[in-house]
Amino acid sequence: MLKILAERIKQGKRTIAFPGGEPKLPDRFRGLPVIDVSRCSAGCSTCVEVCPTGALTMTGKKAVMDIGRCLFCTGCETACPNGAIKFSQDFRLAARNRNDLKFSGGGFRPAQALDKNIRRIFGKSLKLREISAGGCNACEADVNVLGTTVFDIGRFGIQFVASPRHADGILVTGPVTKNMRDAVMETYEATPQPRLVIAAGSCAISGGPYIGHKEVENGLDTLILVDLYVPGCPPHPLTILDGILRLLGKIK
Amino acid sequence: MSDIKLARIKNAEPLSLDSLPILNTREFQDAVIASVAKGARLAALFGLPARIGKAVSASMDIVTIIAVLIRGDKGVTEVAGTEVKDSYPALTGHIVQAHLFEREIAEQWGVRPEGHPWLKPIRFHKGCRPGKDVWARPENEEISPGVTDFFRVEGEEVHEVAVGPVHAGIIEPGHFRFQCHGERVFHLEISLGYQHRGVENALINGPDKRSIHYIETLAGDTTAGHALAYCQAVEALCGHKISARAEEIRAIALELERCANHTGDLGALAGDVGFLPTASYCGALRGDFLNMTALICGNRFGRNLIRPGGVIFDLDGIKTDELMARLEKTFAGVKGAAGLLWETQSVIARFEDTGRLSKKMCRQLGLVGVAARACGVPLDIRSELPAGAYTKNRPAVCTFKTGDVYARAYIRWLEIERSFHFIKDRAENLAEDGAKAGMPVNPARNNSLVVSCVEGWRGEICHVAITGDDGRFVRYKVVDPSFHNWMGLQMALRNQQISDFPLCNKSFNLSYCGHDL
Repeated sequence: MLKILAERIKQGKRTIAFPGGEPKLPDRFRGLPVIDVSRCSAGCSTCVEVCPTGALTMTGKKAVMDIGRCLFCTGCETACPNGAIKFSQDFRLAARNRNDLKFSGGGFRPAQALDKNIRRIFGKSLKLREISAGGCNACEADVNVLGTTVFDIGRFGIQFVASPRHADGILVTGPVTKNMRDAVMETYEATPQPRLVIAAGSCAISGGPYIGHKEVENGLDTLILVDLYVPGCPPHPLTILDGILRLLGKIK
Repeated sequence: MSDIKLARIKNAEPLSLDSLPILNTREFQDAVIASVAKGARLAALFGLPARIGKAVSASMDIVTIIAVLIRGDKGVTEVAGTEVKDSYPALTGHIVQAHLFEREIAEQWGVRPEGHPWLKPIRFHKGCRPGKDVWARPENEEISPGVTDFFRVEGEEVHEVAVGPVHAGIIEPGHFRFQCHGERVFHLEISLGYQHRGVENALINGPDKRSIHYIETLAGDTTAGHALAYCQAVEALCGHKISARAEEIRAIALELERCANHTGDLGALAGDVGFLPTASYCGALRGDFLNMTALICGNRFGRNLIRPGGVIFDLDGIKTDELMARLEKTFAGVKGAAGLLWETQSVIARFEDTGRLSKKMCRQLGLVGVAARACGVPLDIRSELPAGAYTKNRPAVCTFKTGDVYARAYIRWLEIERSFHFIKDRAENLAEDGAKAGMPVNPARNNSLVVSCVEGWRGEICHVAITGDDGRFVRYKVVDPSFHNWMGLQMALRNQQISDFPLCNKSFNLSYCGHDL
């Protein structure tokens, strides 16, 4: 018992100051990409060609990025002859609408809060059921860590629960494999209404690296409406936490 | 009857296809059985719809089955192939460890291993040779996962418990069927395939711009392990030697991955027996290891670090100092947190003698990694088939004898300790010859085969690449350690309390997507 207490003191307090403090991310962290379209040269489509998932397209002379497909591999940043693409340190990537994830320049708009009535229901207590549907266990792992002492998601009244019957919504990771489609739909149906739907990670948003495979559904919104998209491969735990807190209006 | 019929190659050493022995099926069987009798283990057994001579000629009538065996005692892998049509006599009757491979061959290529005792699909997808299906399923019908015959025990007080695919925790999907008598489990059967994303098919005609991303997400918690196996294979085919510094940084990433996952597992094991101090400390400490990987490459799982030709990110002096400081601190934390486990009677009482596997069973099933070493079987690619930075520095193999949850937990702690010393040693003595990737890699050797093995944190990762005339993959076989070990979990559950399932499961902590591909 004394050893346990001594160890408790040694391990110290681990919970980060978030929101409130500015979290410290590694300097090589790749967050929100910023595209300086003024640098794009006519006829150049280098970034489009190197992108493994078709996240970049050219609209006229401008490169447009879809961070719902992006794997944050920085292949485009390295390949761009004009230095027009830079991955910033900004970890705030979640959005309410699929189209908000597609932008050029620095025009990204982070997720807006749910309307007041829904927030009255979920604002102080949100129970989520996680479904892995072809996720590689990286997204799952970084959802799981939200429950550790470091992020301590419980302090916001948010909890991941064991049954959809106990849940206010689902959080899905993975591209939704054909073999998981029915299980995802059944879990969704088993969640009482009103219910929230969150797609976390490039796979759940668009299919990610598996986009176009006959074995997958190219993301959750091919099946059901999604309320929150959290990009990343995998999204940093802070990106997920920030997204959910924005949805609940706890970060503005 | 001797193993000279098998070609011997080193880890990540290319072999021209004209040197690959293509034996008749009888000789092939004898050679594989003889090799296993001498202590080899089956690292891969897979098919491709082609004939292999000097080159690969695609065929819809002939499937070439290739066996890859690891001879740890000789430091080599042994390979051979045989051509079959729609059926062949199963190896499983002679070598139990072939059982899942032969089910996979049946499912992928519609080839029936005659006499296989439990021939069922493993991933529930359509076969790759139209019109050939060993279960005679109509072609226009969808295949539903988990819809199959399960092993059943009958009797008045026997009942069945079905769990999944969606589980109570934040974990990947799979379906479990327990045959129980009261609390006691007679048998557990695990049916997977829910995570099947079609990776192997998508790798054909690679390498291309998506290949490395498939590899990094094969089993996302093993990004460094699989990326290393892939890069070793590609570099071998391209005849490209990377710098010693890049090899060391790759090995550091691999060992950080091991530390992170082992620490997480120790925490989860503690949680499963209701010992919360270690559970909560290890949750945070695991993150510290992930953040060390992010310090090197910006991503907690090591994405975008290991690439053919080297590594994308170097470790400069400041980063190395920071890494060392964090490593020391985190290791001290794990030592304290894990130490509580070994000193707490209520933990030990639950770990000891739970989910026990014998050494004999372990060898028969062909288990690898932590699960095998916990049964006293000293398998470790880092010392058996060392490549890269492990050629000169081989961490000692940790084994334990009891084969129970305690052993699998304790091995993890021992390995964290050794990995800590390994990382420290490598980081302090990094070679000075540059690390950057992106060096032009020569075109891949055509008509060649390469076996690339890496000791990932779960165990042995084996990739086999075969190139065609144009130097592109005609087959890329991936064997995640989980593929070998799922059967180990099923056997470990026999005669256990069903309430001990979470504990046993976590003591293996296997990958679903690594199995389902």
